[in-house]
Order: sequence, then C-alpha cells, then structure tokens
Amino acid sequence: MSTTGGLLASYEYLDSTVDAIEQLKKAGFKGMKAYSPYPDHHIEHALGYDQSPVRVWTLVGGLTGTATGFAFTTWTSMDWPLVVGGKPIVSIPAYIIIAFELTVLFGALATLIGLFILSRLPDLKPAVVYDPEFTAGRYGVYVEAEGGRLDEARKILNGQEPIELREGEGGADV
Amino acid sequence: MSNATKDPIARGALTHPDVTRLDDVNRDVLKILSAPGKGWWALFGLATAGVGLFLTSWGWQIYRGIGASGLNEPVGWGVYITTFVFWVGIAHSGTLISAILFLFRAPWRQSIYRAAEAMTVFAVMTAGLFPLIHVGRIWHAYWLIPYPNSRFLWPNFKSPLVWDVFAITTYFTVSATFFYLGAIPDIAAARDRATGLRKKLYQLISLGWRGSDQQWHHFGKAYIFLAALATPLVLSVHSVVSWDFAVSIVPGWHTTIFAPYFVAGAIYSGVAMVITLVVPLRKIFGLEAYLTTKHFDAMAKLCLLTSMIVFYAYLSEFFMAWYSGEEIERTAFWNRLFGTYWWATWIMLTCNGFLPVMLWFKRVRYSIPALFVISIFVNIGMWFERYVIVVTSLSHEYEPFAWGIYRPSVTEMGIMVGSFAWFGFWFLLFTRLLPPIAIQELKEVLPPPMRKQKEAH
Repeated sequence: MSTTGGLLASYEYLDSTVDAIEQLKKAGFKGMKAYSPYPDHHIEHALGYDQSPVRVWTLVGGLTGTATGFAFTTWTSMDWPLVVGGKPIVSIPAYIIIAFELTVLFGALATLIGLFILSRLPDLKPAVVYDPEFTAGRYGVYVEAEGGRLDEARKILNGQEPIELREGEGGADV
Repeated sequence: MSNATKDPIARGALTHPDVTRLDDVNRDVLKILSAPGKGWWALFGLATAGVGLFLTSWGWQIYRGIGASGLNEPVGWGVYITTFVFWVGIAHSGTLISAILFLFRAPWRQSIYRAAEAMTVFAVMTAGLFPLIHVGRIWHAYWLIPYPNSRFLWPNFKSPLVWDVFAITTYFTVSATFFYLGAIPDIAAARDRATGLRKKLYQLISLGWRGSDQQWHHFGKAYIFLAALATPLVLSVHSVVSWDFAVSIVPGWHTTIFAPYFVAGAIYSGVAMVITLVVPLRKIFGLEAYLTTKHFDAMAKLCLLTSMIVFYAYLSEFFMAWYSGEEIERTAFWNRLFGTYWWATWIMLTCNGFLPVMLWFKRVRYSIPALFVISIFVNIGMWFERYVIVVTSLSHEYEPFAWGIYRPSVTEMGIMVGSFAWFGFWFLLFTRLLPPIAIQELKEVLPPPMRKQKEAH
C-alpha cells in the first residue's frame, strides 16, 4: 500500500467542495470522504448516497419491543393467574401501554446502536485525516489515489482553491 | 429591551440576520463555556443553597418518617404528587420543541431546542425523585421495578401506577438519548476549540465525531427516527400520568378528557418554562443574535394556543359536572370554586385562563420582560392546577365521614421549593459544560458560504 497516497483539502465554500467531489468522481476516483460542519444534502447528493440502513435497526428494535411488551405482560399474568378488578387474566387493552412504551424504548436504543455501528462510533483513535475547522466553518474532501494518479487528484482539488491541502500516506480510516 | 420591538432587523425575514459566517456560531456559542460571569455564579450559588434545602428537608422526612409531611387520610396524595406531575409536564415541551417541531420543520426551533431538551432531561430527573420521596421508605423504592416478589407474584400490569413506571423510565431514557445524540456534533465542536482537561473530556464524550459524510448521513436518519419515536412517546407519557387519576373513580378525576387535557397543560407549562429559562440565558451570555424576538413570539403563540385548550378543558369539566346531574360530581366542582381550596382554583383560573389573553397582543409577544413575567405566572398557575386536581378531589370524596382537610407541612414545601433549585443546579451546570445552543443545527438554517455568489458581487 506504500504507493497509495491520501490528500485532504479544506475548503471555505460549499460549492467548491461539491464541485471538487463531482470532478473527482467523474475522473473515476473512489473512496472519497467529505467533511462538513453540518449535514448538507448537496454533499450527500454528490457522493451518491441512498437510504441509510439505520431504518432497519429502528424497525427491528421497535417490533422487538412490541413483542416483548405483550409477551412479558401476558406471560407474567399466566404464570400465576389472579383475577384483579374483575378483568380478564390477559387484558390486551391494558397491556398495549406497556407494549407501546417498550416499542419506543427498544426502537430508540436500537437506532442508537445501529447508528454507532454504521458510522463507526465511538472512534477514540487520534484523527490523522482531520482539520479542527471542520466542526467550525470549513468543508473537507479526502481522497486516496494510487501513486500514478496522485497528481491528477491534486490538480482537481487545487482547482477549487482550497485553504489548505495536506498530503499523507493512504489508508486512513474515516 | 423595548427598542427590540422597534428594531426592524429583529422582525426581518431571516431567522438570524446578525449571524453571517458559519464559524461565528462556534465563536458565540462556545464562549459561553469559558469563564462564567457574576450572574452565573450568583444563580449557581442560589441553586446550590436550594439543593441544600431540598436534601435537608428530604433527610428530615427520611429520619422522621412520612409523618413529617401533611399527608394523611383522606388526602394521601399532596404536594409530592402535585410537584411530580408538574415536573413531568415541564419536561414535555422540551420534547415537543426538539422532536415534534423538528418533524414539522419549524424554523424557529433551532436556537432553543438544545436548552429545551436539557430542560426535559433535568425535569424528568427531578420528577423521578418525587415518587421516591412520596413512598416514604426510600429504601424500598426498588419495589417499583417490575420483578416478582418473594412469592413469585408479578406486579399487576393492568394498574396505571405500573404503566407510569414504564412511561417515566422510557421517557427518561429516550429523551436523554435524543439529547445526547443531538449534542455529539456540538461536543466535537467544543472539543476542537478546548484545551487541557476539558479537551480530554470532550474527546471522550464526543466519541471521536469528525463530521464525515458517512457519519452525517446515518446521524441524520437516526435523528429523524428518534424524533418520530419521541413524538408519540411525549403524548403518551402525560396521558399515562393522567390515567393515574382518571382510571380511579374519585370525583373530579374519573373523566375521559384527562389525557388530552393533561398533554395540553404540559405543553403550556413547558413552553412557559422554556421562556423562563431562556430569557436569563440570553441576557447572561449575550445571545441576542440567536434568540431573537421572533423566537419569543413563536413560543408565546404556542403558549396562547395551549392555554386556550387548557381553559376549554376547565370549562368543559365544569359543564360536564353540571350536565351529568351527578350530585357528587357537581359537589366536587362546586368545591373547587367555592370550597376550602377556592383560592388555589382561582389562582389556577387567573394564571391559565385569564392572564394568557394578554398574549393576543403583539406588543406583549414581542416584549421579553412581559413574556418573562407571564411565563412565571403560567408556571405558578400550572402547579396550582395539579394541586387543585389532586387535593380538592381527595379531600372531599363520597362519604362525609371520610372528608378531610390537607395542609402541606414545612418539610413538604421545603422539598417542593428545593426541587426547583435541584433542577436549576443541573441546568446551570449544563450551560457551562455543553453548548446550550445547537451549533450544527443553526448552521443548517444559515445560508451556506458560496464562492460563485461572492465572485458575482
């Protein structure tokens, strides 16, 4: 992998960032990363994002919660059947509330776990490819290229007038 | 402040006309986390003293037993349950602002939602203490957890009190999750400007957030789903709290209107509490560019709407009591207006029904001092609403021999007043540890920096 190099450009403007991504994409570069201080749909669009699989986590978590809610209340009522307040042993309407709360609880926690797994958080390794201004006002584009194509990538990134262009070895994560 | 009403910029088309650059937001918001002014220390000192009062009063009750409170037959629920419902209600508008207004894409939520969310988390934390205080023997509080007793009998899941345990714990977990998740990118922003020990702390709790496309992509989706889950949750929690009352047969409690009535009241008091909290925040930390009069106007309108729903619910309760022809129900409502606790009812009606009429006037909605004063009265009124519901009904049920008068003891009042300090203590710490205004969400509503536009000029 020693022939692979990584380039990180910091931009002041959103359109420069989006243009740089689009040109890199057109030139056939893969494995680009973009950084921004807030989620921007232009950047997501340029990178060609589709649906996030987080939704599967939410759905599965929520349904697990519903099932757990009903199963738990029903099982505990059947475990030692006692008539309380003249209600049926298994009172579905009353259990809807427990099932609902657990749907939300499990759904929310599963969403959080899904998010962490998909976006590789927590990641406490020191960030190599990073500019602290990315959380303030700058946008960033990172691209990896084989030794032969590094010049081409550099030219495209420089074409959009970055504030800063850093180079290093490839293989940096996120 | 009065010149703010005349300021044309404050009423301009942009939500934040004075903020032009993205990193201005970091500069203005993150400076709050640096050395606090005298105002903050004064409030913090007051809050710490109040926490002392809270712990002393509670300690006294633990030492003396529940007899230290005024609770007895027939009024077994008093100030503690009143304050519990009050704080759960306060919590609600935080989730309303952060989740429901997020789904509705209300543009004015960005600058207040972080503070509102923090308010939710701390209000639920405060509310959650009251059942523990109320049970008296705190060392048995773990009995609330649904697990089988020594004879393998499970708790009764048909009981509203068990529903409540599920509702409150879920609400706390989900609102804390939502709060933390939304704060991660901002903690990262704080990390990138911090030094020393603070930097280490933020490094840890920002979980290594870098703002990469992949992170934002999943984050955005996860945030929407959490908002979508929190929205029905917030409506359910206060409904469940209202069923603690409505599922019983106590006169004045046994009505189907309770769930929507409680939810509207919760949002009403919660928005008022956001105003109460945000006005000093804005003043102390100089956030006039972010919390404009337009934001306060929007909150005041929400207050006005919910106050009308609440007042309608009051009137409908009185009407239904009369129209039902039920003697005991009629007596219960007659007692509210003219019985022992008439003063509490009239405070409630004045603060929640008559006073908010002032919010119809634009001058009032654009005057921050006026809104601050009104918001405090709203909170007083909403506390008394719960007091009226809890105490008047219990003190005068069916059988004349079981009627009685309840007087809160000094211990109870100490705990109640102290709970405000306990809440304020956490909220003040929050303003110094986490960015109290959502940095990244504000940037979403600012115009993005464009090179082509700049060159064209």
